[in-house]
Amino acid sequence: MLEVSGLRAGYGEVEVLREVDMDLGGGEIVAVLGSNGVGKTTLNNNLCGIYRPFAGSVRFAGEKITGRPAHKIVAAGLVQVPEGRRIFPNLTVHENLELGSYRRGRANRDSTLERVFTTFPRLRERMTQRAGTLSGGEQQMLAIGRGLMAEPVLLILDEPSLGLSPLLVEEMFALIGEISRQGIAILLVEQNVVQSLEIAHRAYILEQGRIVLSGTAGELLQNSDLKRAYLGI
Amino acid sequence: MLEFTILVPAVINGLLTGSIYALIALGLTLIYGVLHIINFAHGALLMLSLFGVYFLHSLAGIDPYVALLILVPAMFALGYGLQRTVIAHASHGKDENVLLVTLGIALIIENLALFFWRSDTRTIDVPYAFDVIDVGFAFLSVPRVAAFGAAFVVAGLLWVLMTRSDLGRAIRAVAKERHGARVVGIDVDHIFAMSYGIGTACVAAAACLLLPTFYVTPQVGNAFVLIAFTVVVLGGMGSFTGALVGGLLIGVVESLGGLFLGETLGQIGIFLVFIAVLLFRPTGLFGDRA
Ligand SMILES: Nc1ncnc2c1ncn2[C@@H]1O[C@H](COP(=O)(O)OP(=O)(O)OP(=O)(O)O)[C@@H](O)[C@H]1O
Ligand SMILES: [Mg+2]
Repeated sequence: MLEVSGLRAGYGEVEVLREVDMDLGGGEIVAVLGSNGVGKTTLNNNLCGIYRPFAGSVRFAGEKITGRPAHKIVAAGLVQVPEGRRIFPNLTVHENLELGSYRRGRANRDSTLERVFTTFPRLRERMTQRAGTLSGGEQQMLAIGRGLMAEPVLLILDEPSLGLSPLLVEEMFALIGEISRQGIAILLVEQNVVQSLEIAHRAYILEQGRIVLSGTAGELLQNSDLKRAYLGI
Repeated sequence: MLEFTILVPAVINGLLTGSIYALIALGLTLIYGVLHIINFAHGALLMLSLFGVYFLHSLAGIDPYVALLILVPAMFALGYGLQRTVIAHASHGKDENVLLVTLGIALIIENLALFFWRSDTRTIDVPYAFDVIDVGFAFLSVPRVAAFGAAFVVAGLLWVLMTRSDLGRAIRAVAKERHGARVVGIDVDHIFAMSYGIGTACVAAAACLLLPTFYVTPQVGNAFVLIAFTVVVLGGMGSFTGALVGGLLIGVVESLGGLFLGETLGQIGIFLVFIAVLLFRPTGLFGDRA
Protein backbone atom coordinates (compact mmCIF):
# COMPACT_ATOMS: atom_id res chain seq x y z
CA MET A 1 0.00 0.00 0.00
CA LEU A 2 2.88 2.33 0.83
CA GLU A 3 6.21 1.94 -0.95
CA VAL A 4 9.05 4.32 -0.24
CA SER A 5 12.23 4.03 -2.23
CA GLY A 6 15.45 5.99 -2.19
CA LEU A 7 13.85 8.79 -0.21
CA ARG A 8 16.16 11.72 0.50
CA ALA A 9 14.83 14.69 2.38
CA GLY A 10 15.81 17.48 4.73
CA TYR A 11 15.69 21.20 5.27
CA GLY A 12 17.38 23.66 2.94
CA GLU A 13 20.92 22.37 2.46
CA VAL A 14 20.77 19.89 5.28
CA GLU A 15 19.99 16.33 4.34
CA VAL A 16 18.24 14.49 7.15
CA LEU A 17 16.98 11.35 5.41
CA ARG A 18 19.50 9.48 3.28
CA GLU A 19 18.07 6.82 0.98
CA VAL A 20 15.20 5.48 3.01
CA ASP A 21 13.44 2.40 1.62
CA MET A 22 10.41 0.93 3.29
CA ASP A 23 7.01 -0.52 2.60
CA LEU A 24 3.76 -1.24 4.33
CA GLY A 25 0.89 -3.48 3.33
CA GLY A 26 -2.87 -3.29 3.96
CA GLY A 27 -3.91 -4.24 7.50
CA GLU A 28 -0.38 -3.93 8.87
CA ILE A 29 0.93 -2.03 11.85
CA VAL A 30 4.47 -1.01 10.98
CA ALA A 31 6.64 0.84 13.47
CA VAL A 32 9.41 3.32 12.70
CA LEU A 33 11.63 3.46 15.74
CA GLY A 34 14.56 5.66 16.62
CA SER A 35 15.78 8.09 19.22
CA ASN A 36 15.52 11.88 19.20
CA GLY A 37 16.49 13.72 16.05
CA VAL A 38 17.08 10.74 13.77
CA GLY A 39 14.51 11.98 11.27
CA LYS A 40 11.26 10.21 12.16
CA THR A 41 9.10 13.31 11.95
CA THR A 42 10.95 14.43 8.85
CA LEU A 43 10.07 11.10 7.23
CA ASN A 44 6.45 11.39 8.23
CA ASN A 45 6.09 14.96 6.93
CA ASN A 46 7.70 14.06 3.63
CA LEU A 47 5.32 11.14 3.18
CA CYS A 48 2.37 13.47 3.89
CA GLY A 49 3.43 16.21 1.49
CA ILE A 50 4.09 18.82 4.18
CA TYR A 51 7.61 18.95 2.76
CA ARG A 52 8.90 18.00 -0.67
CA PRO A 53 11.48 15.22 -0.72
CA PHE A 54 14.85 15.98 -2.40
CA ALA A 55 14.81 12.68 -4.26
CA GLY A 56 13.27 9.24 -4.29
CA SER A 57 9.69 8.14 -4.65
CA VAL A 58 6.66 7.54 -2.50
CA ARG A 59 3.88 5.38 -3.84
CA PHE A 60 0.56 5.10 -2.06
CA ALA A 61 -2.32 2.85 -3.08
CA GLY A 62 -0.67 2.23 -6.44
CA GLU A 63 -0.09 5.90 -7.26
CA LYS A 64 3.04 7.98 -7.15
CA ILE A 65 2.38 10.76 -4.64
CA THR A 66 5.89 12.20 -4.39
CA GLY A 67 5.80 15.99 -4.33
CA ARG A 68 2.01 16.25 -4.24
CA PRO A 69 0.63 18.92 -1.91
CA ALA A 70 -0.53 17.77 1.52
CA HIS A 71 -4.23 18.25 0.86
CA LYS A 72 -4.14 15.95 -2.18
CA ILE A 73 -2.39 13.29 -0.12
CA VAL A 74 -5.03 13.54 2.59
CA ALA A 75 -7.67 13.21 -0.11
CA ALA A 76 -6.03 9.95 -1.17
CA GLY A 77 -6.43 8.58 2.37
CA LEU A 78 -2.96 9.02 3.85
CA VAL A 79 -3.57 10.92 7.07
CA GLN A 80 -1.25 11.75 9.92
CA VAL A 81 -1.75 12.49 13.59
CA PRO A 82 1.15 14.88 13.98
CA GLU A 83 3.78 15.13 16.65
CA GLY A 84 2.68 17.59 19.31
CA ARG A 85 -1.02 17.01 18.45
CA ARG A 86 -1.50 20.26 16.53
CA ILE A 87 -5.18 20.50 17.36
CA PHE A 88 -6.93 23.84 16.79
CA PRO A 89 -6.85 25.46 20.24
CA ASN A 90 -9.34 28.23 19.41
CA LEU A 91 -11.97 25.84 18.06
CA THR A 92 -14.27 23.60 20.07
CA VAL A 93 -13.70 19.86 20.30
CA HIS A 94 -16.66 19.35 17.98
CA GLU A 95 -15.30 21.81 15.41
CA ASN A 96 -11.87 20.17 15.54
CA LEU A 97 -13.46 16.84 14.72
CA GLU A 98 -15.57 18.35 11.95
CA LEU A 99 -12.45 19.75 10.33
CA GLY A 100 -10.96 16.26 10.45
CA SER A 101 -13.32 15.50 7.58
CA TYR A 102 -12.66 18.79 5.77
CA ARG A 103 -10.94 17.13 2.84
CA ARG A 104 -12.07 13.55 3.06
CA GLY A 105 -14.93 11.60 4.61
CA ARG A 106 -17.30 14.56 4.66
CA ALA A 107 -20.24 12.54 3.35
CA ASN A 108 -20.10 10.26 6.39
CA ARG A 109 -19.23 13.01 8.86
CA ASP A 110 -22.10 12.33 11.26
CA SER A 111 -21.66 8.57 11.43
CA THR A 112 -17.88 8.77 11.77
CA LEU A 113 -18.32 11.37 14.51
CA GLU A 114 -20.58 8.95 16.34
CA ARG A 115 -17.91 6.23 16.06
CA VAL A 116 -15.19 8.55 17.33
CA PHE A 117 -17.37 9.51 20.29
CA THR A 118 -17.94 5.83 21.03
CA THR A 119 -14.18 5.26 21.02
CA PHE A 120 -13.51 8.40 23.08
CA PRO A 121 -16.50 9.06 25.35
CA ARG A 122 -14.44 11.80 26.99
CA LEU A 123 -14.56 13.84 23.81
CA ARG A 124 -18.34 13.69 23.70
CA GLU A 125 -18.50 15.11 27.22
CA ARG A 126 -16.16 17.94 26.19
CA MET A 127 -17.78 18.59 22.82
CA THR A 128 -18.34 22.34 23.27
CA GLN A 129 -15.12 23.01 25.17
CA ARG A 130 -12.31 24.91 23.47
CA ALA A 131 -9.70 22.37 22.47
CA GLY A 132 -6.86 24.48 23.86
CA THR A 133 -8.23 23.97 27.37
CA LEU A 134 -8.20 20.15 27.19
CA SER A 135 -5.66 18.17 29.21
CA GLY A 136 -2.68 16.73 27.36
CA GLY A 137 -4.20 13.26 27.25
CA GLU A 138 -7.51 14.59 26.02
CA GLN A 139 -5.71 16.58 23.34
CA GLN A 140 -4.00 13.42 22.13
CA MET A 141 -7.39 11.66 21.95
CA LEU A 142 -8.74 14.62 20.00
CA ALA A 143 -5.80 14.54 17.60
CA ILE A 144 -6.40 10.86 16.92
CA GLY A 145 -10.14 11.37 16.68
CA ARG A 146 -9.58 14.17 14.20
CA GLY A 147 -7.37 11.87 12.13
CA LEU A 148 -10.04 9.14 12.15
CA MET A 149 -12.66 11.62 10.91
CA ALA A 150 -10.95 11.55 7.50
CA GLU A 151 -11.66 7.82 7.18
CA PRO A 152 -7.97 7.15 6.60
CA VAL A 153 -6.68 4.22 4.58
CA LEU A 154 -3.30 4.62 6.25
CA LEU A 155 -2.91 6.49 9.53
CA ILE A 156 0.51 7.75 10.58
CA LEU A 157 0.82 8.29 14.31
CA ASP A 158 3.82 10.41 15.32
CA GLU A 159 4.79 9.63 18.93
CA PRO A 160 1.24 9.22 20.22
CA SER A 161 2.52 8.18 23.64
CA LEU A 162 4.58 11.32 24.16
CA GLY A 163 3.74 13.10 27.39
CA LEU A 164 1.18 10.58 28.57
CA SER A 165 1.21 8.85 31.96
CA PRO A 166 2.24 5.15 31.92
CA LEU A 167 -1.36 4.09 32.35
CA LEU A 168 -2.53 6.24 29.45
CA VAL A 169 0.35 4.98 27.31
CA GLU A 170 -0.91 1.46 27.93
CA GLU A 171 -4.41 2.55 26.85
CA MET A 172 -3.01 4.32 23.81
CA PHE A 173 -1.29 1.21 22.51
CA ALA A 174 -4.43 -0.85 23.09
CA LEU A 175 -6.36 1.73 21.12
CA ILE A 176 -3.92 1.57 18.21
CA GLY A 177 -4.57 -2.17 18.03
CA GLU A 178 -8.28 -1.45 17.98
CA ILE A 179 -7.96 1.07 15.13
CA SER A 180 -5.95 -1.46 13.18
CA ARG A 181 -8.70 -4.06 13.62
CA GLN A 182 -11.11 -1.59 11.99
CA GLY A 183 -9.12 -2.18 8.80
CA ILE A 184 -6.91 0.92 8.90
CA ALA A 185 -3.23 0.40 8.15
CA ILE A 186 -0.97 2.07 10.69
CA LEU A 187 2.51 3.53 10.54
CA LEU A 188 3.56 4.04 14.12
CA VAL A 189 6.43 6.46 14.68
CA GLU A 190 7.74 5.94 18.18
CA GLN A 191 10.63 6.00 20.61
CA ASN A 192 8.89 3.57 22.88
CA VAL A 193 10.57 0.46 21.45
CA VAL A 194 9.20 -2.34 23.61
CA GLN A 195 5.57 -1.35 23.61
CA SER A 196 5.64 -0.54 19.91
CA LEU A 197 7.11 -3.92 19.04
CA GLU A 198 4.42 -5.60 21.11
CA ILE A 199 1.65 -4.33 18.85
CA ALA A 200 3.48 -3.86 15.54
CA HIS A 201 3.78 -6.59 12.93
CA ARG A 202 7.03 -5.23 11.54
CA ALA A 203 9.40 -2.39 12.29
CA TYR A 204 12.17 -0.26 10.86
CA ILE A 205 14.93 1.13 13.01
CA LEU A 206 16.05 4.59 11.93
CA GLU A 207 19.46 5.98 12.86
CA GLN A 208 20.80 9.26 11.54
CA GLY A 209 18.48 9.25 8.58
CA ARG A 210 19.11 5.66 7.53
CA ILE A 211 17.24 2.45 8.14
CA VAL A 212 19.80 0.33 9.97
CA LEU A 213 17.61 -2.60 10.85
CA SER A 214 14.24 -3.97 9.87
CA GLY A 215 12.22 -7.10 10.31
CA THR A 216 9.21 -8.59 12.01
CA ALA A 217 8.53 -7.48 15.55
CA GLY A 218 9.43 -10.94 16.84
CA GLU A 219 12.81 -10.94 15.09
CA LEU A 220 13.67 -7.48 16.31
CA LEU A 221 12.77 -8.26 19.90
CA GLN A 222 15.37 -11.05 19.75
CA ASN A 223 18.03 -8.93 18.02
CA SER A 224 21.05 -8.45 20.26
CA ASP A 225 22.19 -5.15 18.68
CA LEU A 226 18.78 -3.66 19.24
CA LYS A 227 18.67 -4.94 22.79
CA ARG A 228 22.00 -3.31 23.51
CA ALA A 229 21.18 -0.03 21.82
CA TYR A 230 17.62 0.57 22.96
CA LEU A 231 16.80 -1.70 25.81
CA GLY A 232 20.08 -1.54 27.69
CA ILE A 233 20.25 -5.31 28.04
CA MET B 1 -24.39 71.99 30.24
CA LEU B 2 -24.93 70.45 26.86
CA GLU B 3 -28.40 69.85 25.80
CA PHE B 4 -29.87 66.43 25.26
CA THR B 5 -31.01 67.55 21.82
CA ILE B 6 -27.43 68.05 20.72
CA LEU B 7 -25.80 65.17 22.53
CA VAL B 8 -28.16 62.42 21.41
CA PRO B 9 -27.96 63.19 17.68
CA ALA B 10 -24.18 63.40 17.99
CA VAL B 11 -24.02 59.95 19.56
CA ILE B 12 -26.37 58.53 16.94
CA ASN B 13 -24.40 60.07 14.11
CA GLY B 14 -21.26 58.64 15.65
CA LEU B 15 -22.81 55.18 15.66
CA LEU B 16 -23.81 55.57 12.01
CA THR B 17 -20.29 56.53 10.97
CA GLY B 18 -18.87 53.92 13.31
CA SER B 19 -20.68 51.12 11.50
CA ILE B 20 -18.67 51.92 8.37
CA TYR B 21 -15.45 51.98 10.38
CA ALA B 22 -16.47 48.63 11.84
CA LEU B 23 -16.98 47.14 8.38
CA ILE B 24 -13.57 48.29 7.19
CA ALA B 25 -11.98 47.12 10.43
CA LEU B 26 -13.65 43.69 10.12
CA GLY B 27 -11.77 43.14 6.88
CA LEU B 28 -8.54 44.36 8.38
CA THR B 29 -8.87 42.22 11.50
CA LEU B 30 -9.74 39.12 9.46
CA ILE B 31 -6.63 39.53 7.33
CA TYR B 32 -4.55 40.21 10.43
CA GLY B 33 -5.94 37.17 12.24
CA VAL B 34 -5.10 34.76 9.44
CA LEU B 35 -2.04 36.22 7.74
CA HIS B 36 -0.61 37.90 10.86
CA ILE B 37 0.04 41.13 9.00
CA ILE B 38 -1.40 44.61 8.89
CA ASN B 39 -2.74 44.92 5.38
CA PHE B 40 -1.32 48.26 4.27
CA ALA B 41 -3.20 47.94 0.98
CA HIS B 42 -6.54 48.13 2.81
CA GLY B 43 -6.97 51.88 2.31
CA ALA B 44 -5.97 51.73 -1.34
CA LEU B 45 -8.45 48.92 -1.94
CA LEU B 46 -11.15 51.00 -0.28
CA MET B 47 -10.29 53.91 -2.54
CA LEU B 48 -10.35 51.65 -5.58
CA SER B 49 -13.78 50.37 -4.54
CA LEU B 50 -15.04 53.93 -4.08
CA PHE B 51 -13.89 54.75 -7.61
CA GLY B 52 -15.65 51.59 -8.71
CA VAL B 53 -18.90 52.81 -7.18
CA TYR B 54 -18.32 56.25 -8.66
CA PHE B 55 -17.75 55.02 -12.21
CA LEU B 56 -20.52 52.44 -12.10
CA HIS B 57 -22.84 55.29 -11.18
CA SER B 58 -21.54 58.04 -13.45
CA LEU B 59 -20.85 55.90 -16.52
CA ALA B 60 -23.48 53.18 -16.28
CA GLY B 61 -26.06 54.81 -14.03
CA ILE B 62 -25.88 51.99 -11.51
CA ASP B 63 -27.13 52.84 -8.04
CA PRO B 64 -24.50 52.35 -5.28
CA TYR B 65 -26.67 49.80 -3.49
CA VAL B 66 -27.07 47.80 -6.68
CA ALA B 67 -23.32 48.17 -7.18
CA LEU B 68 -22.89 46.03 -4.04
CA LEU B 69 -23.84 43.02 -6.15
CA ILE B 70 -21.09 43.80 -8.64
CA LEU B 71 -18.31 45.28 -6.54
CA VAL B 72 -18.36 42.90 -3.60
CA PRO B 73 -17.70 39.82 -5.77
CA ALA B 74 -15.31 41.78 -8.04
CA MET B 75 -13.20 43.06 -5.14
CA PHE B 76 -13.30 39.62 -3.51
CA ALA B 77 -11.85 38.20 -6.72
CA LEU B 78 -9.23 40.94 -6.90
CA GLY B 79 -8.22 40.30 -3.27
CA TYR B 80 -8.10 36.55 -3.82
CA GLY B 81 -5.98 37.01 -6.93
CA LEU B 82 -3.63 39.52 -5.28
CA GLN B 83 -2.90 37.15 -2.41
CA ARG B 84 -2.60 34.09 -4.60
CA THR B 85 -0.27 35.71 -7.11
CA VAL B 86 1.58 38.82 -5.99
CA ILE B 87 1.60 38.56 -2.19
CA ALA B 88 2.16 34.81 -1.82
CA HIS B 89 4.93 34.77 -4.42
CA ALA B 90 6.78 37.82 -3.22
CA SER B 91 6.60 36.89 0.45
CA HIS B 92 8.46 33.56 0.39
CA GLY B 93 6.46 32.61 3.45
CA LYS B 94 7.86 35.43 5.61
CA ASP B 95 5.34 37.62 7.44
CA GLU B 96 7.58 40.73 7.30
CA ASN B 97 7.76 40.45 3.53
CA VAL B 98 3.99 40.21 3.25
CA LEU B 99 3.77 43.48 5.11
CA LEU B 100 6.10 45.20 2.67
CA VAL B 101 4.35 43.71 -0.33
CA THR B 102 1.00 45.11 0.81
CA LEU B 103 2.66 48.48 1.29
CA GLY B 104 3.97 48.25 -2.27
CA ILE B 105 0.54 47.36 -3.61
CA ALA B 106 -0.91 50.37 -1.80
CA LEU B 107 1.66 52.71 -3.36
CA ILE B 108 1.09 51.35 -6.83
CA ILE B 109 -2.71 51.53 -6.66
CA GLU B 110 -2.63 55.05 -5.21
CA ASN B 111 -0.21 56.40 -7.76
CA LEU B 112 -2.05 54.83 -10.65
CA ALA B 113 -5.23 56.40 -9.33
CA LEU B 114 -3.52 59.79 -9.11
CA PHE B 115 -2.21 59.37 -12.63
CA PHE B 116 -5.52 58.37 -14.21
CA TRP B 117 -8.05 60.23 -12.11
CA ARG B 118 -6.05 63.19 -10.72
CA SER B 119 -6.58 64.32 -7.19
CA ASP B 120 -10.02 65.81 -7.86
CA THR B 121 -12.70 65.24 -5.27
CA ARG B 122 -15.65 63.42 -6.80
CA THR B 123 -19.14 62.80 -5.53
CA ILE B 124 -22.19 61.14 -6.97
CA ASP B 125 -25.72 62.51 -7.12
CA VAL B 126 -28.32 60.14 -5.86
CA PRO B 127 -31.93 61.29 -5.34
CA TYR B 128 -32.03 60.08 -1.73
CA ALA B 129 -28.71 61.68 -0.67
CA PHE B 130 -30.37 64.28 1.55
CA ASP B 131 -33.44 62.33 2.65
CA VAL B 132 -33.93 62.35 6.39
CA ILE B 133 -36.20 60.61 8.80
CA ASP B 134 -37.51 62.36 11.87
CA VAL B 135 -37.24 60.12 14.90
CA GLY B 136 -38.54 62.76 17.29
CA PHE B 137 -35.35 63.80 18.98
CA ALA B 138 -33.21 63.87 15.85
CA PHE B 139 -33.24 63.91 12.07
CA LEU B 140 -31.34 60.98 10.64
CA SER B 141 -29.88 60.74 7.17
CA VAL B 142 -31.61 57.92 5.31
CA PRO B 143 -28.56 56.67 3.38
CA ARG B 144 -26.50 56.65 6.57
CA VAL B 145 -29.14 54.68 8.46
CA ALA B 146 -29.25 52.28 5.51
CA ALA B 147 -25.47 51.96 5.71
CA PHE B 148 -25.72 51.21 9.42
CA GLY B 149 -28.25 48.46 8.86
CA ALA B 150 -26.35 47.01 5.93
CA ALA B 151 -23.08 47.00 7.87
CA PHE B 152 -24.74 44.86 10.53
CA VAL B 153 -26.18 42.52 7.93
CA VAL B 154 -22.70 42.06 6.45
CA ALA B 155 -21.20 41.51 9.91
CA GLY B 156 -23.94 38.97 10.64
CA LEU B 157 -23.30 37.12 7.39
CA LEU B 158 -19.61 37.08 8.18
CA TRP B 159 -20.32 35.67 11.63
CA VAL B 160 -22.47 32.89 10.16
CA LEU B 161 -19.75 32.12 7.63
CA MET B 162 -17.05 31.95 10.28
CA THR B 163 -18.96 29.79 12.76
CA ARG B 164 -21.27 27.67 10.63
CA SER B 165 -19.31 26.71 7.54
CA ASP B 166 -16.29 24.52 6.91
CA LEU B 167 -14.66 27.47 5.16
CA GLY B 168 -15.06 29.63 8.27
CA ARG B 169 -13.81 26.89 10.57
CA ALA B 170 -10.85 26.36 8.27
CA ILE B 171 -10.07 30.09 8.31
CA ARG B 172 -10.08 30.10 12.11
CA ALA B 173 -8.01 26.92 12.17
CA VAL B 174 -5.37 28.35 9.84
CA ALA B 175 -5.26 31.52 11.96
CA LYS B 176 -3.95 29.62 14.97
CA GLU B 177 -2.47 26.35 13.76
CA ARG B 178 -1.17 26.24 10.21
CA HIS B 179 0.59 22.91 10.50
CA GLY B 180 -2.47 21.26 12.02
CA ALA B 181 -4.51 22.72 9.17
CA ARG B 182 -2.22 21.17 6.55
CA VAL B 183 -2.48 17.86 8.35
CA VAL B 184 -6.27 17.71 7.98
CA GLY B 185 -5.95 18.57 4.29
CA ILE B 186 -6.76 22.27 4.38
CA ASP B 187 -5.13 24.01 1.42
CA VAL B 188 -3.52 26.78 3.46
CA ASP B 189 -2.64 28.95 0.45
CA HIS B 190 -6.26 28.85 -0.66
CA ILE B 191 -7.44 29.84 2.82
CA PHE B 192 -4.96 32.75 2.90
CA ALA B 193 -6.36 33.97 -0.40
CA MET B 194 -9.98 33.48 0.71
CA SER B 195 -9.28 35.52 3.83
CA TYR B 196 -7.65 38.30 1.86
CA GLY B 197 -10.53 38.17 -0.62
CA ILE B 198 -13.20 38.35 2.09
CA GLY B 199 -11.32 41.18 3.80
CA THR B 200 -11.26 43.06 0.51
CA ALA B 201 -14.95 42.32 -0.07
CA CYS B 202 -15.73 43.99 3.29
CA VAL B 203 -14.02 47.12 2.04
CA ALA B 204 -16.02 46.99 -1.19
CA ALA B 205 -19.25 46.76 0.79
CA ALA B 206 -18.15 49.73 2.90
CA ALA B 207 -17.44 51.74 -0.27
CA CYS B 208 -20.93 51.13 -1.69
CA LEU B 209 -22.53 52.19 1.59
CA LEU B 210 -20.25 55.18 1.98
CA LEU B 211 -20.31 56.97 -1.37
CA PRO B 212 -23.93 58.17 -1.36
CA THR B 213 -22.96 60.53 1.48
CA PHE B 214 -19.22 60.82 0.92
CA TYR B 215 -16.64 61.60 -1.73
CA VAL B 216 -13.69 59.91 -3.37
CA THR B 217 -10.14 61.06 -4.08
CA PRO B 218 -7.03 58.92 -4.65
CA GLN B 219 -5.94 59.63 -1.05
CA VAL B 220 -9.28 59.02 0.62
CA GLY B 221 -8.30 55.58 1.88
CA ASN B 222 -5.54 56.76 4.18
CA ALA B 223 -7.71 58.41 6.80
CA PHE B 224 -9.98 55.39 6.90
CA VAL B 225 -7.23 52.85 7.22
CA LEU B 226 -5.68 54.77 10.11
CA ILE B 227 -9.01 54.76 11.92
CA ALA B 228 -9.63 51.12 11.03
CA PHE B 229 -6.23 50.22 12.43
CA THR B 230 -7.09 52.06 15.63
CA VAL B 231 -10.35 50.14 15.79
CA VAL B 232 -8.58 46.82 15.33
CA VAL B 233 -6.09 47.54 18.10
CA LEU B 234 -8.85 48.90 20.32
CA GLY B 235 -11.07 45.87 19.79
CA GLY B 236 -8.22 43.37 19.98
CA MET B 237 -6.17 42.26 17.00
CA GLY B 238 -8.02 39.53 15.15
CA SER B 239 -11.27 39.85 17.13
CA PHE B 240 -14.52 40.23 15.18
CA THR B 241 -16.59 41.40 18.13
CA GLY B 242 -13.78 43.81 18.89
CA ALA B 243 -13.85 45.28 15.39
CA LEU B 244 -17.61 45.76 15.58
CA VAL B 245 -17.73 47.31 19.04
CA GLY B 246 -14.49 49.22 18.47
CA GLY B 247 -15.80 50.69 15.21
CA LEU B 248 -18.98 51.97 16.83
CA LEU B 249 -17.03 53.29 19.80
CA ILE B 250 -14.56 55.17 17.64
CA GLY B 251 -17.43 56.60 15.60
CA VAL B 252 -19.03 57.97 18.76
CA VAL B 253 -15.74 59.26 20.16
CA GLU B 254 -15.03 61.06 16.90
CA SER B 255 -18.49 62.57 16.80
CA LEU B 256 -18.40 63.75 20.41
CA GLY B 257 -14.86 65.00 19.95
CA GLY B 258 -16.09 67.07 17.03
CA LEU B 259 -18.90 68.42 19.19
CA PHE B 260 -16.70 69.44 22.12
CA LEU B 261 -13.42 70.29 20.40
CA GLY B 262 -14.60 71.36 16.96
CA GLU B 263 -14.39 69.52 13.65
CA THR B 264 -10.66 69.89 13.14
CA LEU B 265 -9.64 68.65 16.58
CA GLY B 266 -12.35 66.00 16.80
CA GLN B 267 -10.08 63.15 15.80
CA ILE B 268 -7.77 63.81 18.73
CA GLY B 269 -10.31 61.98 20.86
CA ILE B 270 -9.73 58.84 18.81
CA PHE B 271 -6.03 58.86 19.48
CA LEU B 272 -6.51 59.60 23.16
CA VAL B 273 -8.71 56.52 23.40
CA PHE B 274 -6.13 54.58 21.41
CA ILE B 275 -3.31 55.55 23.76
CA ALA B 276 -5.42 54.83 26.82
CA VAL B 277 -6.19 51.34 25.53
CA LEU B 278 -2.54 50.65 24.81
CA LEU B 279 -1.66 51.76 28.31
CA PHE B 280 -4.34 49.97 30.28
CA ARG B 281 -5.36 47.06 28.11
CA PRO B 282 -2.70 46.39 25.47
CA THR B 283 -4.50 43.33 24.11
CA GLY B 284 -7.55 45.42 23.28
CA LEU B 285 -11.12 45.17 24.54
CA PHE B 286 -11.81 41.68 23.16
CA GLY B 287 -8.30 40.41 22.40
CA ASP B 288 -6.92 37.13 23.73
CA ARG B 289 -4.81 37.81 26.73
CA ALA B 290 -1.30 36.74 25.85
N1 LIG C 1 11.91 22.69 10.26
C1 LIG C 1 13.20 22.28 10.37
N2 LIG C 1 14.20 23.03 9.87
C2 LIG C 1 15.49 22.64 9.97
N3 LIG C 1 15.88 21.50 10.57
C3 LIG C 1 14.94 20.71 11.08
C4 LIG C 1 13.55 21.04 11.01
N4 LIG C 1 12.84 20.08 11.62
C5 LIG C 1 13.74 19.17 12.04
N5 LIG C 1 14.99 19.52 11.72
C6 LIG C 1 16.22 18.77 12.01
O1 LIG C 1 16.13 17.51 11.37
C7 LIG C 1 16.62 16.48 12.19
C8 LIG C 1 15.58 15.40 12.35
O2 LIG C 1 14.47 15.94 13.05
P1 LIG C 1 13.12 15.15 13.26
O3 LIG C 1 12.14 16.08 13.83
O4 LIG C 1 12.77 14.46 12.00
O5 LIG C 1 13.56 14.09 14.34
P2 LIG C 1 12.70 13.00 15.11
O6 LIG C 1 13.30 11.68 14.79
O7 LIG C 1 11.27 13.16 14.81
O8 LIG C 1 13.01 13.35 16.62
P3 LIG C 1 12.04 13.34 17.91
O9 LIG C 1 11.94 11.94 18.36
O10 LIG C 1 12.78 14.17 18.89
O11 LIG C 1 10.76 13.91 17.50
C9 LIG C 1 17.04 17.13 13.48
O12 LIG C 1 18.43 17.30 13.46
C10 LIG C 1 16.33 18.47 13.47
O13 LIG C 1 17.09 19.45 14.14
MG1 LIG D 1 9.67 13.68 15.90
